[in-house]
Amino acid sequence: MTLPLRKPSAAQPAAASDPRTYFSAATLAKFDAQVAQYPDPKAALIPILHYAQEEKGWISRETCEVIATYLKMPAIRVWEVMTFYPMFHQEPVGRHVAWVCRNISCDLRGADEIVATFYKKCGIEPGETTADGKLTLKLAECLGGCAAAPMMDVDGIYHENLTPESVERLLDGLK
Amino acid sequence: MAEKYLLTRIETPGYGGSLREYTATGGYEALKLALAKKPEEVCGIVKDSGLRGRGGAGFPTGLKWTFMPPATDPRPRYLAVNADESEPGTCKDRVLMERDPHSVVEGVMIAAYAIRAKAAYIYIRGEYRASKAALDRAIAEARAAGLIGKPLASSGLGGEVTLQVYTHVGAGAYICGEETALMESLEGKRGHPRPKPPFPANFGLWGQPTTVNNIETVTNVPYILTRGPQWFMTMGTKASPGNFLCGISGHVNRPGVYEVPLGIKAKEIIDQIAGGVWKGRKLKALIPGGSSSGFLPAPIVETMVMDHDGTKAAGSMFGTGAMIVLDETTCVVRATKVLCQFYHHETCGQCSQCREGCAWLDQICTRIENGDGHASDVTALLALADGMRSKTICALSDAAAIPVQLAVQHFRAEFEQHIAERRCPFGNRKMEIHHDGLHDESHIHNTQSVHTDVLTLHGIQHGDRVVGAARRA
Ligand SMILES: Cc1cc2nc3c(=O)[nH]c(=O)nc-3n(C[C@H](O)[C@H](O)[C@H](O)COP(=O)(O)O)c2cc1C
Ligand code: SF4
Ligand code: FES
Repeated sequence: MTLPLRKPSAAQPAAASDPRTYFSAATLAKFDAQVAQYPDPKAALIPILHYAQEEKGWISRETCEVIATYLKMPAIRVWEVMTFYPMFHQEPVGRHVAWVCRNISCDLRGADEIVATFYKKCGIEPGETTADGKLTLKLAECLGGCAAAPMMDVDGIYHENLTPESVERLLDGLK
Repeated sequence: MAEKYLLTRIETPGYGGSLREYTATGGYEALKLALAKKPEEVCGIVKDSGLRGRGGAGFPTGLKWTFMPPATDPRPRYLAVNADESEPGTCKDRVLMERDPHSVVEGVMIAAYAIRAKAAYIYIRGEYRASKAALDRAIAEARAAGLIGKPLASSGLGGEVTLQVYTHVGAGAYICGEETALMESLEGKRGHPRPKPPFPANFGLWGQPTTVNNIETVTNVPYILTRGPQWFMTMGTKASPGNFLCGISGHVNRPGVYEVPLGIKAKEIIDQIAGGVWKGRKLKALIPGGSSSGFLPAPIVETMVMDHDGTKAAGSMFGTGAMIVLDETTCVVRATKVLCQFYHHETCGQCSQCREGCAWLDQICTRIENGDGHASDVTALLALADGMRSKTICALSDAAAIPVQLAVQHFRAEFEQHIAERRCPFGNRKMEIHHDGLHDESHIHNTQSVHTDVLTLHGIQHGDRVVGAARRA
């Protein structure tokens, strides 16, 4: 399988920053609490990536390196894990991120019209961000909201039983 | 109406799921009963009840627990609770976690006690933030009340175990619901399933004995303890006792999550409980137990009962009990394609049959639906699907092949019509492409396949993006 590895930048990155200065104290406290749950600190990696993404918005190469320093593991291991999981943004995203479910139960009840509404309203297709950096649209596989299809997740909140009109209203309300 | 237990509290108006409300309605009584018994006795009771796993495979739960090594084995043991809930159509575990989290926590604690675990990890899919918040709150409440973190005399070596219950989050990969991938992911790795043997009971989390159970499975346990295995067997069928949570979605009037006894007729769920097929239309097909269980045509659904034997006799499987209803206007080829795209996106890529097979199923179904199918494509689909069955590290490969096999078995004419007429006879969207090109594996777990057809359908032009259109012209 060809993995989506990015080419290393020409300039070698400086030695990874100190986690204590790179992340906020609040985020670090979450890291520490997470690590305490497991017999092996490395098990905290995925939750830590979530916390890092909450603070930084996406997961950069530098973020991976700092997390690697924090967990005392090779940066490539952090990178390898991060790129496996679709919830981690490998590139900067808009201030809001909408994940529209494209799977079967939603497809049967008009998920395509929901995706089309984003294009009509904001001019973006799945995978794209509006020019003003406000909104990123992504397609999701089944999000477990099938009984209230079609549905989407915007900034971590589920919006269910969508119609093109309700989506338009929601998009109008985004700051 | 049949007796309910899983959703009784949740369906009581005003029930908020707090510790106080839970204990006021008999909550944590089962835990007390369990702790007064030996772990083996608790296993015995669950075994007697005949409870089968609700996560997909339907394995007898009590029996699974007895696979853990004997009490004299000094290694630490773990319980991993599967709240990954990603099988398309499945939306039931979420109801329990969000609305009655203490019933889940109590079930988890009893199961952990029965297998002498020192810690239980609840692996929650990353998108289920509400479920995680509710469980974290419940765990904190239970800890403050001294229910969690108290030493239990369950180690078997005469010593004590202090049971801990933790939540852990995933990050959007379906494969992490597979039990060995779940353990890899919990250890902070890619969700690559492990070859079995060794089985989790011997070599699980961090190489230690581990049991993996689904959320709904463990949530049945407290009720079995307080009311007894005999009571449990009065519901459901002999081979599949108890109630199950049926998430019904798709083309019905009242989609939702309903508690029903195993062995209920599928038609009764569709027509009476879910209010019938929507818009006054007729039933065309049913996916009985989550996407991996494939498509069954209406005449078979007519008489099918919803339990492990009934769905098997119909040529499918019970899976997660998530029913997806397709009305008479639905294009089965499109539905199959949607599922193939899903499995293509979710294959972990370790086994060539699955990695290549999922990609090809997706590519071929997509081109048939787009009117670009070849005369030999139906045969090719069957050959590919056959080559994906029972040959791989985990069952995802089978799960991808089954919907294609059943779709072709029951709706072959529809596939052939698409190919002969070079279009979708249901007038469906013409174009559907992957932004990153056909048969390009680089998008696995990276970018999503994209419905450009959606935009064409809605009369939106976007120039050279419509690669498929150029190819077709
Ligand atoms: C590809 C794949 C995905 C799975 N996804 C889930 C899931 O999301 N939730 C779940 O409980 N079981 C899932 N399973 C089943 C688990 O491997 C396992 O059998 C189950 O969690 C055991 O719990 P049970 O015995 O209580 O059913 C999946 C299996 C496969 C092969
Ligand atoms: S069958 Fe598919 S998902 Fe399962 S291990 Fe093999 S490649 Fe991965
Ligand atoms: S299919 Fe869309 S949430 Fe399940």
